[in-house]
Amino acid sequence: MNSATVRNLLVRGMLAGLIAGLFALVVASLLGEPQVDAAIAYEEAHSHEHGGVEVVTRSMQATAGLATGVLVYGVAIGGIAALAFSFALGRVGRFGPRATAALLAGAAFVTVYLVPFLKYPANPPSVGDPDSLDKRTALYFLMVLLSVLLAVAATIVGKRLAPRLGNWNASVVAGLGFVVVIGLAYAFLPSLSELPKHFPGMLLWRFRISTLAVQLVLWTAFGLTFGHLAERALGSAVRGGSKEEPASTASPAATS
Amino acid sequence: MAQSIAPPSTGTAVPATLPVKAILPWAFFFGLLMLVLLYFVGAEQGATSLISGTDVHEWVHDGRHLLGFPCH
Repeated sequence: MNSATVRNLLVRGMLAGLIAGLFALVVASLLGEPQVDAAIAYEEAHSHEHGGVEVVTRSMQATAGLATGVLVYGVAIGGIAALAFSFALGRVGRFGPRATAALLAGAAFVTVYLVPFLKYPANPPSVGDPDSLDKRTALYFLMVLLSVLLAVAATIVGKRLAPRLGNWNASVVAGLGFVVVIGLAYAFLPSLSELPKHFPGMLLWRFRISTLAVQLVLWTAFGLTFGHLAERALGSAVRGGSKEEPASTASPAATS
Repeated sequence: MAQSIAPPSTGTAVPATLPVKAILPWAFFFGLLMLVLLYFVGAEQGATSLISGTDVHEWVHDGRHLLGFPCH
């Protein structure tokens, strides 16, 4: 019964991730692709080693390729978020399924994307030295991992502090702890600045803002869609599974 | 009278938690599968390669850039 509930949530999470991915895809195509094209045009105008054989044409990269990347990403994060939701439901506080899903999606946007982005922002083609890719990849994933683990730790600490400080103050203290440790990570992890000389600043700015928009839309759409689906899935499970519980608690109240 | 007051205070407050034992098998197998998917979208044929060539990298190239992953 419980295992079936987890499976239902997982399937709905992946579905919600796919739907959110479609929204994100629209944003990526409209806002992001023009910046990618401009960056590639800059790259071709300024480098002589590139411009060999194209394995995949630009038009395929910008349409089917982009769709594959964004939709698979949506399904994957949807599945992981649904599993996290299964753990979080009823454990993080007095939140129903929709509120839990919204909070989880907001927290995921901040920890999975925003926090790593502020240290290692997304770069368009032609920004970044190919020789440092190993280092950049390791640092980026380290930052994502650190941010997610710290957020989980902060949630547990907040939960522990709640009986003593009250929910609000405990959440503020835990959030402050998260910010301080992330600040230390920002300070001590190496910074990257591999911008080619004379790369257009406006293009870099627009590209980075468009990646932020893609993620914001993805997580917002996911939180709302999954919250709706989870509420329906759990609503029917609760009504079918524990009908006797409200009745037994209602009768002592009736006698008092 | 009392019946109409009692249910909201008990039934709707906190949803029942799902036992960790029921979540773990799903979390392990599907969590791993989802991470593999993320790896192929975000990092394959970049810093590390499981499949030789650059086809995967080139196919998801734009998505990788626009999802914020480091890419060449």
